[in-house]
Amino acid sequence: MVGLLDRRLVFVTGKGGVGKTTVAAALALFASEHGRRTLLCEVDAKGDVASFLEAGPTAFTAGEVLPGLWAMSMDTEASLREYLRLNLRIPVVGRIGPLAKAFDFVATAAPGVREILTVGKLCFEVREHHYDLVVVDAPATGHIIGQLAAPQAINELVKVGLIRSQTDWMLEILSDPEQTAVAIVTTPEEMPVNETMELADRIRDETTVELASVIVNRVLPELFGRSEEEVFDRLCLDATTEELTRLAGDDPTPVLTAARLAVTLRRTNAGHLERLRSAVDPAVPMLYLPFLFARFHGLRSVRQVAHALGEELGF
Amino acid sequence: MTPRRAPAPSPEHGSLDGLLASREIIVACGPGGVGKTTTAAAAAAMAAARGGGKVLVLTIDPARRLADALGLEGIGNTERRVPDEAFASAGIKPRGELYAAMLDTKESWDALIRHHAPDARTRDEILANPLYRNISGRFVQSHDYIAMERLFEIHSEGVYDLIVVDTPPTRNALDFLDAPERMAEFFSSRLLRWLIVPYRSRLVNLASRPFYQVADRILGTQFLADIAEFFILFQTMYDGFIERARAVERLLADRRTSFIVVSTLETVPLREAEFFAQAITERKLHLGAIVLNKVLPDYLRDPEGAVVAERLRDRAEDIAAALGPTLGVADTAQIRRVLIEVGQNYMNYRLVAQSETEKRAELSTAAETLVSVPYFETDVHDFAGLMRLGAGLWGE
Repeated sequence: MVGLLDRRLVFVTGKGGVGKTTVAAALALFASEHGRRTLLCEVDAKGDVASFLEAGPTAFTAGEVLPGLWAMSMDTEASLREYLRLNLRIPVVGRIGPLAKAFDFVATAAPGVREILTVGKLCFEVREHHYDLVVVDAPATGHIIGQLAAPQAINELVKVGLIRSQTDWMLEILSDPEQTAVAIVTTPEEMPVNETMELADRIRDETTVELASVIVNRVLPELFGRSEEEVFDRLCLDATTEELTRLAGDDPTPVLTAARLAVTLRRTNAGHLERLRSAVDPAVPMLYLPFLFARFHGLRSVRQVAHALGEELGF
Repeated sequence: MTPRRAPAPSPEHGSLDGLLASREIIVACGPGGVGKTTTAAAAAAMAAARGGGKVLVLTIDPARRLADALGLEGIGNTERRVPDEAFASAGIKPRGELYAAMLDTKESWDALIRHHAPDARTRDEILANPLYRNISGRFVQSHDYIAMERLFEIHSEGVYDLIVVDTPPTRNALDFLDAPERMAEFFSSRLLRWLIVPYRSRLVNLASRPFYQVADRILGTQFLADIAEFFILFQTMYDGFIERARAVERLLADRRTSFIVVSTLETVPLREAEFFAQAITERKLHLGAIVLNKVLPDYLRDPEGAVVAERLRDRAEDIAAALGPTLGVADTAQIRRVLIEVGQNYMNYRLVAQSETEKRAELSTAAETLVSVPYFETDVHDFAGLMRLGAGLWGE
């Protein structure tokens, strides 16, 4: 399978709350630090990418936020404007007024129009070789299929016209595993794992895009090996706890309880990971990123995730 | 059976219990991945168990084991009663009845069309239209509207004392709130009529000709014709739809309805939750409560705990040597490793717990009630687990 960094277009998706944006930003950062001119595109336009990279607000026009790393946020109306300018040579200057209204209307009426403008812009950047790699902070699990399948859906609905000819080359890029891939981010918890399994199936059945990896975020550390756990169990016996109180100068119960919590959580997670591994195609690599016990948030945590990701990718 | 709603004066301030007892509809919203669906189910189960009456939980996409726990496996839109045996398995004899239903988008859309279609022919033509099939099936945006529509439908049947509804994960935080309005706007749009004109008459006025030419070049004539046909069909249901969308809006704004925002104390979800809370207030909807889920236990914030943890970690060698005989473990290096891990682990979790405390303190909200639910070490996978979460919600 082609390495994640050797593709041209990578969609990063996952259930809400699993750290999808952090992982997408980390992947883009890592790629840019390894000689790839990289574009990171936020599709949901919540402004998270800007805050994670500690850059100013991103816009439809990509800006270089770090050396070799450009960031943009998707705006379907701006995408339409660009499309019209490039393809129809329609002079679209300033406000497009009634056209924007018409667009809003058609986009609502004809499902897939917004999606196609998003995917179209991304494929356009790939085709024009503006960047070596385009990383997409894609919509969450529920929406990604609609987006990835949009060119196909439009292709079925629209038989002629400019859009039809556009979807053909888009499909070519999306369906080529040498160029395009999707990565699912998850955490080792019940619902994210369930959704990942379902999404992996749907990507295979309903889209032409290859699933290149499953990235498990926030993996808790293993505290003890088996014999160490026996020692820990003995530490928790009342008699030992009494002596430990004497040695440590205070009651160790909260500390021992916290260790018990960590062991239980890790075990619960391990069960979900096992389920996940057995359900996902063995050819799809799984990457594991550690839980960050940290209070910071922003570029520093993105850097840590990027570092861990680099190790998992074999750098 | 005890009536669920006694003529109580005002809802008990500051409790979820009181909030649920005084409302007919509770809408649970919030960012993804925070346990919103489970929270909605647990709250409904508690309301049925303690308060009584008929309580329905309308869920969107429950985890399989939660669906199992509610007896929802394999059912679509139909409401099913959760058997008393489920409560019995949790050692509870409920005062009321709990029902559960799952939202099936496609089925709900079809039902809506059947309801509004003026005749059988229009109905069948719409159901067979490729655009309709796309809207109702493949594209998720239609979740937003249909969830609220279904809520309205069930509420107007007047079967339940309380309906707790889970909201779909929306791309935009407030899509589901805007959905009825957008729907109404959409169908009353002049643009809609304008677009349909050329397919009704050959007389396209001069001013609009450039628009059609552009649209034609981009989309192709056939596709435009498909769109037009779809909306010509839909127009027959126009009045019904508008009326309905307005009614849904009124119901959401009614004092019988209250919103609960569910979140965790992690940075990103919390920021999104605050945005939700603010938007709900701005729209003059009732923000009943904020539920903070998966909050780390208090013993992680114990200052003495930190002192002990650091001592175990930093003086592990000495303590290990002294403990060896008591533990009956000869390999003191192994004890040392365990002590270091145990000490460091406490400090790690403490850092996260402290950051949660800070974020909670910063949380500014207009909600009457703020509930923290402790982190459970295992997932909710049966009814007893659901009731345990429910007890946490009720502050027990």
